[in-house]
Amino acid sequence: MASSHGTPPVFNNKVIAWVDHRLPIFSYIEKEYHTFPTPRNFNYFWNFGAIATVMLVLMIATGIVLATNYTPHVLMAFDAVERIDRDVQQGWLIRDLHMNGASFFFIAVYIHIFRGMYYGSYKAPRELLWILGVVIFLLMMATAFMGYVLPWGQMSFWGATVITNLFSAIPIVGESIVTWLWGGFAVDNPTLNRFFALHYLLPFIIVAVVALHVVALHVHGSNNPTGIDPKGPQDTVPFHPYYTMKDGFGVVCFLIVFSVFVFFAPDYLGHPDNYIPANPLVTPAHIVPEWYFLPFYAILRAIPDKLGGVLAMFGAIAVLFVLPWLDTSRVRSCTFRPIYKWFMMFLVVDVIVLGICGSKPAEGFWVPLSQLATLYYFAHFLVLLPVLGKIERPLPLPASIADSVLKKKAV
Amino acid sequence: MVATGALGAVGAAAVAWPFINNLNPAADTLALSTIEVNVTPIAVGQAVTVKWRGKPVFIRHRTEAEIKEAEAVPMAQLPDPETDNKRVTDTAKKVRPEWLIMIGVCTHLGCVPLGNKPGDPKGEFGGWFCPCHGSSYDTSGRIRKGPAPKNLVIPDYLFTSDSLVRIG
Repeated sequence: MASSHGTPPVFNNKVIAWVDHRLPIFSYIEKEYHTFPTPRNFNYFWNFGAIATVMLVLMIATGIVLATNYTPHVLMAFDAVERIDRDVQQGWLIRDLHMNGASFFFIAVYIHIFRGMYYGSYKAPRELLWILGVVIFLLMMATAFMGYVLPWGQMSFWGATVITNLFSAIPIVGESIVTWLWGGFAVDNPTLNRFFALHYLLPFIIVAVVALHVVALHVHGSNNPTGIDPKGPQDTVPFHPYYTMKDGFGVVCFLIVFSVFVFFAPDYLGHPDNYIPANPLVTPAHIVPEWYFLPFYAILRAIPDKLGGVLAMFGAIAVLFVLPWLDTSRVRSCTFRPIYKWFMMFLVVDVIVLGICGSKPAEGFWVPLSQLATLYYFAHFLVLLPVLGKIERPLPLPASIADSVLKKKAV
Repeated sequence: MVATGALGAVGAAAVAWPFINNLNPAADTLALSTIEVNVTPIAVGQAVTVKWRGKPVFIRHRTEAEIKEAEAVPMAQLPDPETDNKRVTDTAKKVRPEWLIMIGVCTHLGCVPLGNKPGDPKGEFGGWFCPCHGSSYDTSGRIRKGPAPKNLVIPDYLFTSDSLVRIG
């Protein structure tokens, strides 16, 4: 077997050699997942790409099995889900894996996004890699939203009503778009049918974008905690066995926490109201989206104007697309950015505060608090990032990755 | 080249259109649906909710005080100015101020506002209150406070007799 990157591998197994000569999948795996030179200094934050991939596969596998027992009809959907929970063999397990899997997929992806932001992984030459990641995030949000509608409980119905009505804020064509989304005059059977079709489709589109994300990643390789590029073989290790093992360990730890929820608190992250069948005539007293949408929901409600709120909410994600160009600092990693590091940590606190505001009724001091938090969110990206890059004096960067690792050991 | 490209674009649009239009409401959904409601059992001060086209419709038998209050509001105070008189006129142009008939869907993001049942909160203006994002409507169903941009929508309706109203 070849050990250095770039030399074509020689396969001793004749069948593998025969296949590889005609369709080089084994060479590809060898090059991209075995000998692939990877920075030697990854910390555990670098596990979450692999963890997210595992969650995506788990969601597709459990989803396909669930679909075999589900009926997308307003009169039957709720009962179909109850039947999966009560009568279908191991249906409860598959459903709890799928339901909590969505939450844990978002947990993995949010940590992955934080990693990218803290260590400046979005900066040149990885801008497209980052943008593809934001596309995946958007597709995940659409998929999760449509999936939540399928059990056809009260939260499903009213969540669908509120979210589809967001588009009615668009001037002139808004109302027509909403009717078009619904396929009727309200959220009803045609809506449920098309949401099911799209909920089944989008995960496979996510797989395709993840593939592009990985292709883009393997052009320049991974960033690392120092944010400086590897300068030679002393700075890297082969992907296998070093990071296959480390990722494997991280995946197992993550799945242990996941299992605690699946087996001991399967409904902890959900809403009891969704176990009431959908009723188009009664809105639940307190509508809240799933936890992973709460920060964006808080931004929507913070603006006391319909169109403004909708624009701010979509803007909160749109700003991520231009993040690589908003950040003017030449240093990637926050480790060497003494001021920005603290603002980055404050952004995390800010998003958590937004999440809490989003879970509370829009009244009392939650309103000004969510307005303040929304203000910081946008100021962080649109003011702090461009300005700080110019005025902040970064700490001296280590000479190389090897240098930084060996120095740390010596201390 | 340009002609080929233009023809191609027209062709692509012609193919795309059936797929896009397919998602619009089907003929059976569109088929004009109307309902008839007998309003005699609704006492003064009471309100009922009926279902029309999958949406709730509020029918409120307003009290003298509620009518007076709605008529007295100066237009300048309304985010979506509309006289109370206009909101209680049926398709035959007959005004019945005691009957307020509206689609019970908040114009913000589509929740059903509270205020139809006796124990419901009616908001600061004595009409309806949407619990989702805090919009308040007055006794004419006009938006007064909160994120909703428009008044509650009045559907087409016609009193076929003093006791029977046809909605739609």
